[in-house]
Amino acid sequence: MIAAVLPLALLLFSVSLLLNLYRLLRGPDLTDRILGLDTLSINAIAVIVLAGIYMDTTIIFEAALLIALMGFVGTVAMTKYLVRGDVIE
Amino acid sequence: MNIPLWLDALIAALLLIGAIVATLGSVGLARMPDFYMRLHGPTKACTLGVGCTMLGSLLYFSVAGQGISVQEVLITVFLFVTAPVSAHVMARAALHRRVACSANTRHPPWPEMDHPPAPPSLANPGEARQGPSSIPGEGSDTRTRGS
Repeated sequence: MIAAVLPLALLLFSVSLLLNLYRLLRGPDLTDRILGLDTLSINAIAVIVLAGIYMDTTIIFEAALLIALMGFVGTVAMTKYLVRGDVIE
Repeated sequence: MNIPLWLDALIAALLLIGAIVATLGSVGLARMPDFYMRLHGPTKACTLGVGCTMLGSLLYFSVAGQGISVQEVLITVFLFVTAPVSAHVMARAALHRRVACSANTRHPPWPEMDHPPAPPSLANPGEARQGPSSIPGEGSDTRTRGS
């Protein structure tokens, strides 16, 4: 049953990645683009985990952890640049 | 690797529900009219969907693999801690930049906030102009950005 559900879940997450990419490219303000990039990283984590179930390996979960970390740090850095005009003061 | 049937069905349901919820959150990100509404979809629905997917993966690798896999727990805890923080920081940046809100917002943070034209499915200007601080007739195409 998992083997039947996995391609469907991957398809749904691919659709959601495309929607995030649309908001990232089109977003009227800079904050919309930052929000799209943040959501893109969160959905990329889910795609990596589904690929890990598909390939039956847990090695690539380190990449998911790294993407989660870098996505959060990047979001905070970009919004801090927007608010304060500087990242590290 | 022999997973019992009820656990197989539970993992499949978790993966499918997570994918559907995350896709709904992304649809909200793509289709909501202004930034403050767009912030709701990804920060709640996408986090819940990815959390469901992580729970399914945790169950799968705990049963099929060797022992409990710790990385999913780590990723899930990190996501659930950082999602409200990043949402709050982005909302604060948008308020600082004075990103325009929808014309149907009941109490805008400042009266001079310019209103972009609402999409026709959501536009009912009779209700929008009853508020004390909404300025009627202004801001049809005066969308000035911060920089």
